[in-house]
Amino acid sequence: MESAISIFLEGRNLARLMEGVWITLKISAASVLLSVVFGLLVGLLMISRKPALQAATRFYLEAIRVMPILVLLYMFYYLPDKNWGLHFEAQTVAIGVFTLWGTAEMADLVRGALTSMPAHQRESGRAIGLTEGQVNRYIIIPQAVRRLIPGVINLTTRMIKTTPFIYFISVPELLKVGQQIVEISGMKNNMASFWVYGFIFFLYFLMCYPISCFSAYLEKKWQN
Amino acid sequence: MAVARPVLKITGLHKRYDQLEVIGNLSLEVRKGEVLVVIGPSGCGKSTLLRCINGLETIQGGDIELNGQSIIVGHTRWNLVRQQIGMVFQSYDLFPHMTVLENILLGPMKAQGRERAEATKEAEAFLDRVGLLDRKDSFPRQLSGGQKQRVAIVRALCMNPEIMLFDEVTASLDPEMVREVLDVILGLAEQGMTMLIVTHEMAFARAVADKIVFMDQGSIVESAPPDIFFQNPVSDRARKFLNIFQFEGVKKEERHND
Ligand SMILES: Nc1ncnc2c1ncn2[C@@H]1O[C@H](COP(=O)(O)OP(=O)(O)OP(=O)(O)O)[C@@H](O)[C@H]1O
Ligand SMILES: [Mg+2]
Repeated sequence: MESAISIFLEGRNLARLMEGVWITLKISAASVLLSVVFGLLVGLLMISRKPALQAATRFYLEAIRVMPILVLLYMFYYLPDKNWGLHFEAQTVAIGVFTLWGTAEMADLVRGALTSMPAHQRESGRAIGLTEGQVNRYIIIPQAVRRLIPGVINLTTRMIKTTPFIYFISVPELLKVGQQIVEISGMKNNMASFWVYGFIFFLYFLMCYPISCFSAYLEKKWQN
Repeated sequence: MAVARPVLKITGLHKRYDQLEVIGNLSLEVRKGEVLVVIGPSGCGKSTLLRCINGLETIQGGDIELNGQSIIVGHTRWNLVRQQIGMVFQSYDLFPHMTVLENILLGPMKAQGRERAEATKEAEAFLDRVGLLDRKDSFPRQLSGGQKQRVAIVRALCMNPEIMLFDEVTASLDPEMVREVLDVILGLAEQGMTMLIVTHEMAFARAVADKIVFMDQGSIVESAPPDIFFQNPVSDRARKFLNIFQFEGVKKEERHND
């Protein structure tokens, strides 16, 4: 146990792990926020009656779905640099790629939430004399948001769990930091990997569990 | 009683879905305080007629007047027109994310801009009248079908409409709940509410109507006071339609006599 604690106290090990947590959270949070905003817009385009828009958004969604995240990360990090001399900050690329992915997922959630709304909800709103804007504001959007929340939460935790990939474009996220610490401490302490990865497991749990709890709370509150 | 002015006047209404003509040259008048009951076979255009009246469907010809004002000619602000027309649908269509009281207050407060306190007072009085005051803070999913439908009626009434439109409001209810909803409508009739009602409940139609309008294939085949219509329908089509209900009655009796 003592040796375990010494791993974390050695040098800046604990601080570095916390920095890793911070980067993971920062990239996930920024990506989720941007995905929600763009996903709403793209989702509305998806249910538009223009066939061209429908086809374009459909293609975007399917293309993102079949593409491994890692390929996207490489594509946006190395290609512009090699071919056009454009160098993007690794974290910017990470947020960009995660947003590209999240927007596709979010748009599909928005589409689902809106198309599953019974037509009668809108008509009942109209029948009591509300304007189209009021129908959207008081009837459609509140119900759509309630349907979206579980999906958004799920997307958030999946993003947090996917952040280790960004190590491949050299962002020092949590898991990578852990790995480096294990490599160094492992020479002296053969239990190092157990303690470090155990601690990282606990950190991921701390990041994701409150989000799941919040989701459960909202679901219960809105279930009435 | 002097002849009251028409609240609703439809002249030469035409409604098509693409090529399909659903309503052809239909004219109809509902006077203040009058209760018209529209009956007719399934698919003859009854729901479509009601939906045209409050602008949920566009029409291809004819005119609709509300209190002498055309709501078709010129630039119609449907949200304002619909405030004067209360409509209750067949499906329970309450807003599931709001309590009973919030459901009822939405129209008066947001569409009509009324004060919460004053609107609440009226809403509670109506709820009391339909026996649901103690459920005002419930959510729709906690109510039975009949209760939901009564709330939907109160929601429309709270807008203080000129006319109420009912589209088979008991059609998806369990039999034991039909009565509680029909009683509410009967009560409204007693108080002189102007109403246009579509129903398959013949006994109710007979009890509530000032006039029965029999529709088939998108037009009015005959219209008459209920006693005359149900005893002596003039047209073959009306006789055939009423026979459907008759037949059911005979069969039941036979079975009981076995
Ligand atoms: N949105 C629509 N598009 C195309 N056709 C429609 C549409 N809505 C209704 N119709 C058709 O219009 C006709 C009249 O329908 P409507 O719902 O008005 O009948 P109804 O008299 O209310 O019947 P029911 O007693 O079964 O409710 C039917 O033939 C129906 O198939
Ligand atoms: Mg109908």
